Amino acid sequence: MFSILRSIALIFTHAFRPRETVQYPEKRPYTPPRFRGRIVLTRDPDGEERCVACYLCSAVCPTDCIAVQGAVAEDGRHYAASFRINFARCINCGFCEEACPTLAIQLTPDFEMGEYNRHDLVYEKEDLLISGPGKHPDYNFYGVSGLSIRGKDKGQAENESAPVDVRSLMP
Amino acid sequence: MNNILITILIIVCMLLGPLLVAAANIFLERRLLALWQDRIGPNRAGPFGLLQVMADMIKIFTKEDWIPPFADKPLFVLAPALAVGPILLAFAVICVAPGVTVADLNIGLLFFLGMSSLGAYSMVLAGWASNNKYSLLGGVRAAAQILSYEVFMGLSLMGVVLSAGSFNLGEIVEAQRHMWFVVPQVVGFVVFFIAGLAETHRTPFDLTEADSELVAGYHTEYSGMKFGMFFLGEYMGIALISALMVTLFFGGWRGPFLPPVVWFIVKTLVFIAIFILIRASLPRPRYDQLMALGWKILLPLSLINLLVTAGILLARGG
Repeated sequence: MFSILRSIALIFTHAFRPRETVQYPEKRPYTPPRFRGRIVLTRDPDGEERCVACYLCSAVCPTDCIAVQGAVAEDGRHYAASFRINFARCINCGFCEEACPTLAIQLTPDFEMGEYNRHDLVYEKEDLLISGPGKHPDYNFYGVSGLSIRGKDKGQAENESAPVDVRSLMP
Repeated sequence: MNNILITILIIVCMLLGPLLVAAANIFLERRLLALWQDRIGPNRAGPFGLLQVMADMIKIFTKEDWIPPFADKPLFVLAPALAVGPILLAFAVICVAPGVTVADLNIGLLFFLGMSSLGAYSMVLAGWASNNKYSLLGGVRAAAQILSYEVFMGLSLMGVVLSAGSFNLGEIVEAQRHMWFVVPQVVGFVVFFIAGLAETHRTPFDLTEADSELVAGYHTEYSGMKFGMFFLGEYMGIALISALMVTLFFGGWRGPFLPPVVWFIVKTLVFIAIFILIRASLPRPRYDQLMALGWKILLPLSLINLLVTAGILLARGG
């Protein structure tokens, strides 16, 4: 009996407490830098695409919302001929970002992607690609990999020793 | 001629008033619940979200009005009307200001008790006609709850009737000229308040529509405006019980400075807010606890209250 009256009085005092509600469109909620929102494809510091179309993001995606088609350019670089993310399916789990070996695919703090049409939620490569390096400003995959591309032969990458001629190794 | 016009005006006001209060209750309940739950509530549509009422009404009017094929059609249609009709009728005896009432019945209080009992039919019929196990359970609960709480709802008011010497609501208010009846009849007030909560099946006595166990109880199968009618009935029931509590225990229209109608409305709104506050605070009891509370505590309490009141009045030389 007493506890009933006490809880009614307690609830009444809640009228004078601060509100929990955030008045959203006027007042933006804080989204931390590692917030998992809209997915982007980043470029390396030289301005080239980071994605090498390894399909790991597509393979790890639990909702199968990433579709990639890889290709090899004339200069030897691997790249994604098409890269499509269906955000109507995407659950923003961030597995693709963790799987990506070249730090190309990244999740951003932007979450305002409402559309009236479902088709507008399918983002093509040109919608996903941004002009900067995202969260990893210094990383350049081709700069540290052993793959030879135009302008960088084998052994010329960072911290890479020159290739060894296996047939010349005599005891 | 002039008298007839005034009478018609009063009738129209007493018909529209409860409906307006019911509409305002939609807004009031949502905002006040939000207030007590550290939220803000609907505040986008119009100033302070007042147009939310319009939005809710448009929504409920344009919803599909569907009657399930397995339902008992005539009863299914009749039940929502029964939820609203008797309560609107009961408003006829409410006395808003001296002489301002539709029907100045000398048995006004009995009329109210009869009408509120008729309201139980709407729930029982809705539960039965829906032909759905959850609805039926809700209907059966409603019948048992309302019948058992009806008993001492009437008994708790008898102390007031004894003190005032009349069943007429206007005369009861007049009898509170010197002291509100809530002071001598505090037990009667508490019992009537709890019975009123059960009568309007508001939380914590909303076992008839207990969402967590019965989906939505007796109105599970209802949609559109038929569903809205049940809520209209519920909100008007709150207004009716509040108005009666004001009339019987808190001096009705009596109050300094302001005109009587304003006093009446202000007091009624306070009680409506208390109804909502209780909804925000208390959990739902188990069904056997509800029945035990009714029959083992409140009924003896109201009987003792009646006995003591009658004894005191007799001793005074009535």
